[in-house]
Amino acid sequence: MSIIRTVNLSKRYDKLVAIDNLNLEIKEGEIFGLLGPNGAGKTTVIHMLATLLNPSSGSGFVNGFDVSKHSGDVRRSIGIVFQEPSSDDILTGYENLRLHAMMYGVPGKLAKKRMDELLEIVDLTDRKDDLVKKYSGGMRRRLELARGLLHRPKILFLDEPTLGLDPQSREHIWHYITKMVKEENITVILTTHYMEEADMLCDRVGIIDLGKIVVLDSPNKLKRVVGGDLVRLRISKPNLEKVRKLGFVKNVDFDDSVVTLKVIDANIHLQEILDVIGLVESVEMRSPTLNDVFLHYTGRQIREEAPEGGFYARVATHRSGR
Amino acid sequence: MSELTGLLAIWYREFKVFTREKSRVISSVLSPLFFLIIFGAGLDSSVSIEGISYQQFIYPGIISMALLFTSIYYGVYIVWDKMIDFLKEVLVAPLSRTTIFLGKVLGGVTDAVIQGTLLIGIGFFLNINFNLWGLPFAFLIMIITSAGLVGVGLLIGSLMERPEGFQLIGSFLLFPLFLLSGALFPIDDLPSWLAPFTYADPLTYCVDALRVVLLDAGQFPLYFDLTVLTLFAIGTTILGTLSFRRMKL
Repeated sequence: MSIIRTVNLSKRYDKLVAIDNLNLEIKEGEIFGLLGPNGAGKTTVIHMLATLLNPSSGSGFVNGFDVSKHSGDVRRSIGIVFQEPSSDDILTGYENLRLHAMMYGVPGKLAKKRMDELLEIVDLTDRKDDLVKKYSGGMRRRLELARGLLHRPKILFLDEPTLGLDPQSREHIWHYITKMVKEENITVILTTHYMEEADMLCDRVGIIDLGKIVVLDSPNKLKRVVGGDLVRLRISKPNLEKVRKLGFVKNVDFDDSVVTLKVIDANIHLQEILDVIGLVESVEMRSPTLNDVFLHYTGRQIREEAPEGGFYARVATHRSGR
Repeated sequence: MSELTGLLAIWYREFKVFTREKSRVISSVLSPLFFLIIFGAGLDSSVSIEGISYQQFIYPGIISMALLFTSIYYGVYIVWDKMIDFLKEVLVAPLSRTTIFLGKVLGGVTDAVIQGTLLIGIGFFLNINFNLWGLPFAFLIMIITSAGLVGVGLLIGSLMERPEGFQLIGSFLLFPLFLLSGALFPIDDLPSWLAPFTYADPLTYCVDALRVVLLDAGQFPLYFDLTVLTLFAIGTTILGTLSFRRMKL
């Protein structure tokens, strides 16, 4: 059963097509990632599904409710963590949660229990009575994660959950996301332009570019399309004939005592390669990244640290494309 | 039921913010107080209007001034919620825009009435001889007036994108409304071409009503003032709600 379904969902601004006939099916319980460069339309999709933006045409169904017709039901089914921090920094963490519970009509006692539980999960129990002003970026994001789950939504939207965080806080957030998904049994839709993030967290990834889904599958299958992992072996006398006969080896190069192989699922088959190739001095293995996948399908790279351009970056991309 | 809790939630947040932002509270009580003490006392010996001392005469006007500035700035402050993206969190909640608007109004009325009450308290110590029986009426007048004014502020704030226009609101809205209201002199003393503006100024009726109940002065009957103020509050609530419904992120 799909918990989210879109049928030709589109958003147009004047002549600019932000989202172009999007057809998506997201399964209950999965972590689904929308991966793409800045301005690809990821946030627009989230905002339409969260009823914050009206689609220009097509329709979207969240938890069985039409986003254009039953926004109240949709809103009660979802939690959302926005790209920008959206907690009130003059309130304490606890007060922000309490406010949220009240707005979503979570009864007092239950709310208190949930708040304590969630603060524990995101490790903010000690800091709950500090003003959010005094939180670091990572702590604030954690608070907002907890807040998004407070009213027990069936679906959680995370819009660039680690944007602007340092690598360490980023890993923390990943940890909390997986932990929460496990404990809360919810469906997560996240957007990101960090390939590593999509790879780490998502069961399935839709690569989105210029308002269209380019390709959609599990990270592993996507990477397989690129043609397998790269395995480099330092070896003076390789038995290349036997290696070529292995079905999972797609490409073989030998140059100056270095063999470079393209191997499907090298992590599983490494031993078999080692068994036939002979005595090796060293082995090096690199998996294709989702960036290689993006490159494969669009001919461009996702620029990881590109400044936030959003809408205007889109316009610029369109212009330069002509 | 959940809409009511939602309304309380919005109010709860505004009240928390109010209790934390002490500088806002102090400054909005202080400038009316300067008017009352310095301006009022300075003119007190040489001017008396309708048989009451000048300081007494402007006292209701000064309370109205506090209501005016607090309420409008409070409303316009919603631009700040937009800036810090907190408004998104509120707008994505399963609450109607009407509820959000009314919660905001409730928060602003609370702020303004607390400040009005502070000024009434201070007036007591400054030996302003006001009618004690007038106090409950004064509260009612303050509540209705600030509800209307907060509505105006929220209406402006919901249409604004950035807080840069704050200064303009002071010069083009607050001071004209304050000076035209008869807070500092009887409106009859103004040249006749200004009369329409005075009568169109909702604050005129607040000043007048407070003068009636606190000092037994004033030009219009109380019921008339209250009717105008109530219509004003209803009008801005309707317009404000409509504007909130259209507000985009």
